Amino acid sequence: MHQEYTVIEGDFVNAGKASSSVKKTLKQLNVEPAIVKRVVVALYEAEVNAIAHAYGGKVLVDIDSDKIKMVVADKGPGIPDIALAMQEGYSTARPEVRDMGFGAGMGLPNMQKNVDKLNVTSEVGVGTTVEMEVNF
Amino acid sequence: MTIREIAKLLDASVCIGENRLDEEVEYGFASDLMSDVLTLKDTPMLITGLCNVQTIRTCDMATLDIIVIVRNKKVTEDMIELAEDNDMVILSCSYSMFKACGLLYEAGIKPLY
Ligand SMILES: Nc1ncnc2c1ncn2[C@@H]1O[C@H](COP(=O)(O)OP(=O)(O)OP(=O)(O)O)[C@@H](O)[C@H]1O
Ligand SMILES: [Mg+2]
Repeated sequence: MHQEYTVIEGDFVNAGKASSSVKKTLKQLNVEPAIVKRVVVALYEAEVNAIAHAYGGKVLVDIDSDKIKMVVADKGPGIPDIALAMQEGYSTARPEVRDMGFGAGMGLPNMQKNVDKLNVTSEVGVGTTVEMEVNF
Repeated sequence: MTIREIAKLLDASVCIGENRLDEEVEYGFASDLMSDVLTLKDTPMLITGLCNVQTIRTCDMATLDIIVIVRNKKVTEDMIELAEDNDMVILSCSYSMFKACGLLYEAGIKPLY
């Protein structure tokens, strides 16, 4: 099953639309609640990053019988040092983002904790792609 | 204790979730930081001063479904709608985070960490 969503820069009101829709789909497919939570939390973190740190982008989701693959690809400033960004506590979040309760530098490490496979690629000045996989 | 007892203890109004007031609550977690809420493995009641639609969305993603908003912050229609769609409970009280947490702790609501 393939699903696609668009995320828009600064659109916090709609942040999580893709993740909630995936949550509903996985529930319908009777995926174990603990696994649903891992998937949805990781996807939501990536979605919020595309909205908070980049200029929006696309969310692509592929659901198989045994796993889910998610790609969040944004157009944006990119991440100059991915290893640094992956460190807990590192954040360049703007004040507006912090006002929404984000910007603790915990998102990327949290994605890592929740998924079975994480791959972050980025080109400065172009954008960032986060690929994640969770096995059912 | 039940959600109804919690509402009474905090002198809180029930913004949504009247149907769930007799449910028991065992654990609580207090934070204004949604980043932090997203790292929880368990699903405690959330006590928070952050009052916007993102609070509700984040709780939905983290499968937390009982939320106490402190300091009389205005719970908006879109927050209530989203909570209603997902069968969540929102209580709103005028007490500070400190007082709300103190009362709940004293009444036996357990911390996660
Ligand atoms: N999609 C992205 N585009 C550009 N920079 C990004 C992107 N995702 C993450 N970053 C950079 O990596 C940093 C760390 O990201 P991470 O998600 O771990 O924390 P955060 O978003 O700042 O805070 P939190 O996720 O705790 O709310 C960000 O502050 C930002 O500098
Ligand atoms: Mg983040």
